[in-house]
Amino acid sequence: MEIAKSSKKKTQWKRASLPYFYLLPAFLVMGVITFYPLIYQLIISFTNFESKDLLLGLKSPDLQFIGFKNYVDIFTAALPVENFNFFRVLEFNFWWALSNVMLHVPAGVLIATLLNTEGLWLKRIYRAIYILPVVVPPLVVATVWTNIFDERYGAMNQLLTSIGTYFGNTAPVYIRWFEDVKPPIPGFLPGAPLTLAYYAMMVANFWLGWPFMSVVATGALQSIPRDLYEAASIDGATGTQQFWGITVPLLRPAMIPAAVYGFTLSFNLFNFVFFMTGGGPARSTELLVTFAYNLVRNLRWYGVAAAFAVIIFVVALIVFLITNRITRATQNYQEA
Amino acid sequence: MNSAKVETKKNPIVRLLTMNTSGQTSGRSLPLWRQILLQIICVAILLSVMFPIMYIVTLSFSPKTTRPSTLELIPKEISFIAYQQVLDRPTGNPVTFIELLKNSVFLSVGVGLAALVIAVTAAYAFSRLKFKLREILMILVFIPLLMPAVGLSTPLYLLLNQIQIKQCAGNQVAIQPFTSCGGEAKGKLVFNLRDSLLGVGIAMTATALPFAVWNLKGYLDTIPKELEEAAAIDGADTNQTFWQIVIPLAAPQLAVTFFLGFIGHWQEFVTTWLFLSQPKDYTLAMTLYNMTGQYANSVPWNRFAAMAVIVALPVAIVYIGLQKQIVGGLTTGGVKG
Repeated sequence: MEIAKSSKKKTQWKRASLPYFYLLPAFLVMGVITFYPLIYQLIISFTNFESKDLLLGLKSPDLQFIGFKNYVDIFTAALPVENFNFFRVLEFNFWWALSNVMLHVPAGVLIATLLNTEGLWLKRIYRAIYILPVVVPPLVVATVWTNIFDERYGAMNQLLTSIGTYFGNTAPVYIRWFEDVKPPIPGFLPGAPLTLAYYAMMVANFWLGWPFMSVVATGALQSIPRDLYEAASIDGATGTQQFWGITVPLLRPAMIPAAVYGFTLSFNLFNFVFFMTGGGPARSTELLVTFAYNLVRNLRWYGVAAAFAVIIFVVALIVFLITNRITRATQNYQEA
Repeated sequence: MNSAKVETKKNPIVRLLTMNTSGQTSGRSLPLWRQILLQIICVAILLSVMFPIMYIVTLSFSPKTTRPSTLELIPKEISFIAYQQVLDRPTGNPVTFIELLKNSVFLSVGVGLAALVIAVTAAYAFSRLKFKLREILMILVFIPLLMPAVGLSTPLYLLLNQIQIKQCAGNQVAIQPFTSCGGEAKGKLVFNLRDSLLGVGIAMTATALPFAVWNLKGYLDTIPKELEEAAAIDGADTNQTFWQIVIPLAAPQLAVTFFLGFIGHWQEFVTTWLFLSQPKDYTLAMTLYNMTGQYANSVPWNRFAAMAVIVALPVAIVYIGLQKQIVGGLTTGGVKG
């Protein structure tokens, strides 16, 4: 009786603990290489960790705990870095991600709609080619567009030159895409001037971004039942009314998560900025991630870099909470 | 009849684009003028998409080592000399193309596989098993996902950099931080985990692993539970169900997760560029960066173009092969989680 009870208890314990065994490998590894570094980062964000402390780490005799000084320095632009203002970078970062998504999603939906037109010739060929930007690795895209916008040998200036000759302008076009500090449209974004480099990156990222949205939109379009359109036609709805009344609302559940995904992707789009502009000119195209990278690789202020990474984390958390809310809201919409 | 009249008053562009959005309505054919107009738009988009691709392909087939002075978008001649040169001697350093390729493959395949193998049981637990701390542990896995790779690179750099092997005076070997050469003797640095492919692999796994858990959980959630329930009725325990039912069922999706990891880490640049300093450890992505823009004063652009094509091809092939699964995974599995 007693024995039976204990063995029963044993199997019960086994069953209850089994899930944790399944979790063990991942949590062991993540404990060492993910969670511990995250905590370590939080600790050194309160120190003046520099190159000289590299070998001994927290045991280094020169290491001092300096409280919130790193954070205060970042927020008050007290870092001895030229042209750095945290809130301007933050504003630009948000605008950069937002303006990209605001262009990519409508363009993707419109082009998907275009390719869904019944009776359009060569549809399959267009679809196959329009997918190409999604297929090329973004790193390669960034390097290629860097060279396209090269001020002396780049394809963009050459293209503009050859277009110019049609209008009788024989002088070669020489636009310094990544160097020009003067914003082409002054006051477009108050507080953070948008230089020519921003527009160049927008062009490159547009090329990369809309085809993905178009793929998502195509999938959603094809799942809209055709009876809806037929019924609407019978009721006398025009094409425009059908677009806004049927197509747009039924695309929303698919497009909102895609837009959120695109926003996060653009928000941390390291390669484009790092390759094309390096954050310049005058840090006008710096993103949070590229500045964080600068702090570690070039300036080697590890304490400040850690504090900056903690700030990035908080920003990302806020962005996530907002976007998650938006996605949830549309899911409810879908169910309703 | 009336609707047609109203339609003509609307914005012509919207009207043009919004007809038959379902693409399946009754078989009326497109009027010719509209067909032509739509074709013009389609071709214009096509040209804009093909512009950078044709530019770089043309450049890569060019034998000219000077920088381009005029725009060429169609190859005048097909010369493989740039490819040959890149394969023979990709950088200014004595590193062969094969070594660069090996480093890239080691990192992308290694990290993709490691993350997959370590993540799969945890993903299964989160997807199917019931246990007390489920919610809290899931949030814990999710937290690192919010941190961009750059954000986690500082502590990893510092921590990995503290693990070094040194050759001390008198042929002793010290493994820091566990043993040191003693006193002021510094010793000769033999191995620095931070400055090695292994260390970079570890750093990349740190961000790849939570993503793999999350992604796989999303996939496993979409597999119907009926088979597992049937197995349970037949007396299979959790372990048997996992190995004999779930793993074979999920195999295609495991492959997709692996390839997503491969695609992501094939072009990894942040950690590799930050951590690695020796040319023998360089990857193809790092080499391509070295050939771009301001860093490439002496590199002929035809070689840069050839390298860009070479780096792009493996990813492009994988992506085209798995297009449906990847896009589907990103939009349903990944986001809804």
